[in-house]
Amino acid sequence: MTTTSTVPRPPVKPPAVRRSFVERWLARTFLAPTVIGMALFTFLPIIASLVLAFFRWDIVSAPQFVGFANFASLAQDPTVRVSFLNTIGFVIVAVVLQLGIALGLASMLQARMPSWLRVFLRSTFFFPLVLSAASVSIFMRYMFNEQFGVVNWLLSLVGIPAVPWLTSPAASAAVVVLVYVWQNFGFSFLLFLGALTNIPKELHEAANLDGATGWKQFSNVTLPLISPTVLVASVMAIISALQVFDQPYVLTNGGPGDSTRTAVMVIFESAFQQLEFGKASAIGLVLTVLILAVTALQFRLSRRFVFYQ
Amino acid sequence: MSSQTLHTGTGLPSGSTAEPPATRTPRRLPSAGTVGRYAALAVAAALTLGPVLWTLSTSLRTPSESFNLPPSFLPINPDFTAYQEVFKQINVGLLVLNSALVTGLIALGQMASATLAGYAFARLDFRGKNAIFSLVLATMMVPMQVTIVPVFMLIRGMGLSDTLLALILPAIPTAFGTFLMRQYFLGLPNDFAEAAALDGAGPWRIFRSVYVPLAVPGMAIVGILAFNFHWNEFFRPLILTISEQNFTLPLGLVTLQGNLGTGSISVVLAGVILSMLPALVVFIFGQRTLREGLTAGASK
Repeated sequence: MTTTSTVPRPPVKPPAVRRSFVERWLARTFLAPTVIGMALFTFLPIIASLVLAFFRWDIVSAPQFVGFANFASLAQDPTVRVSFLNTIGFVIVAVVLQLGIALGLASMLQARMPSWLRVFLRSTFFFPLVLSAASVSIFMRYMFNEQFGVVNWLLSLVGIPAVPWLTSPAASAAVVVLVYVWQNFGFSFLLFLGALTNIPKELHEAANLDGATGWKQFSNVTLPLISPTVLVASVMAIISALQVFDQPYVLTNGGPGDSTRTAVMVIFESAFQQLEFGKASAIGLVLTVLILAVTALQFRLSRRFVFYQ
Repeated sequence: MSSQTLHTGTGLPSGSTAEPPATRTPRRLPSAGTVGRYAALAVAAALTLGPVLWTLSTSLRTPSESFNLPPSFLPINPDFTAYQEVFKQINVGLLVLNSALVTGLIALGQMASATLAGYAFARLDFRGKNAIFSLVLATMMVPMQVTIVPVFMLIRGMGLSDTLLALILPAIPTAFGTFLMRQYFLGLPNDFAEAAALDGAGPWRIFRSVYVPLAVPGMAIVGILAFNFHWNEFFRPLILTISEQNFTLPLGLVTLQGNLGTGSISVVLAGVILSMLPALVVFIFGQRTLREGLTAGASK
């Protein structure tokens, strides 16, 4: 307001001092639920995990210091090793598919079309995001059933013999990727759609006049303009794919063998089935470091390669 | 690909620049690119909606018919025995109640705590504000899987093992919600606070009577995001609940599938469809809010 800046200092000071005192206490009270909650349920657990990772503990008997043995199990224990390799392979394939599908569909929605159709398609691609991954995995498991699943029935119409989707190692890994991407591409799609819609039309018109059309326009004009969003979407997709659990747990329970076992599944099984809480903590910490590394990479890349307007 | 102006959106393409005649094509003749685009979009839409429609139509068949191939995508004679059966197989009412209690209380708790903390970070002065805010944001990078083992033990230590509170309490502090509400309060003009202060309102009155009413749309985003996430969550309930009377819907359904195996698909699918209904309501009435919330994390 106009008055505050012109009012002379002395009359304002006493209430301001009182106000800052009240304000400080108000701030402490306002922050208390969040800060205490986070201290209790995030920071304390992180410290506990850091300690626990160096112990062998099954809750029943006394914890036993084992040094780096829990971390060494990552290299030695074949199940843990395989689960990390599976997770990394899963992340690469799922993220590339998810981003590719999302970007393709978001670009196609930029073309001229009736607005009801655009709204319908946007809602459709968004819809799987409101479902639970567990429920989706339940019905997908029936759809991919080898004998009576609708997927194999559709394939049989074009003469493809029944695929053992959930019982062969390669096919079950593919199913986990497909089900995951089916549910999650909508998120990247929304991010790309927002970014593409924000590109000023004049830039495309100018590119058209200069003769840059189709793929050329996309790769030289559109892609650089949305590169910040591509980076953010990739990082978010990688981080969430690194934590995949619900789909492989419900679809295949990690099998056949260990072919679809993921890092988080091994954390779950080590802690709550084998009661090796130290080992679970060590695996969890390694996963956290991976996630932090991806985030750090995002900051570096965004300074170097991304084109900001 | 085609050489038309594909990227002109809904608006009229002709602005200040005259359209070159070479790119003009007769209206009624769609190019190969247009046909290909519509075909790709149609396939994508069918692949997205197909599984959900299959689930719905199979749930409306009798349990013994649910194996039949070809599947009937449009059930001519809908049959509701699967829906009656799922209520007999599992305590659907209790699962819904548990899920609603857990989700509702988490959503309310997040809305309240995030509004308070977001306001403090945006509009109040106190020492260490930036440091505390950085710590709050840092928790977003910690995956739940690394904290779940100690949280499980903490819950046991608090005597909350196998209760709904075990699911609710740890989920209430929200870094993302606090961040959203801070941004929201930062976006509101300062003038109101100054005017209210001149009228003699203290910091609490300014918060309660001026800014809370203005922040309702932001709180709605926090609430809807919390609902969408926790109504559907599976990992935490799997670990933090033990007895079936404390199960939430996703956990109950996965257990049902495990018990029935491939016995009667339509019964399990009837449960799946029932569990989707609240999400469908959110999808229909809160889609814009949910979209804003989901993409808010990427914009800054």
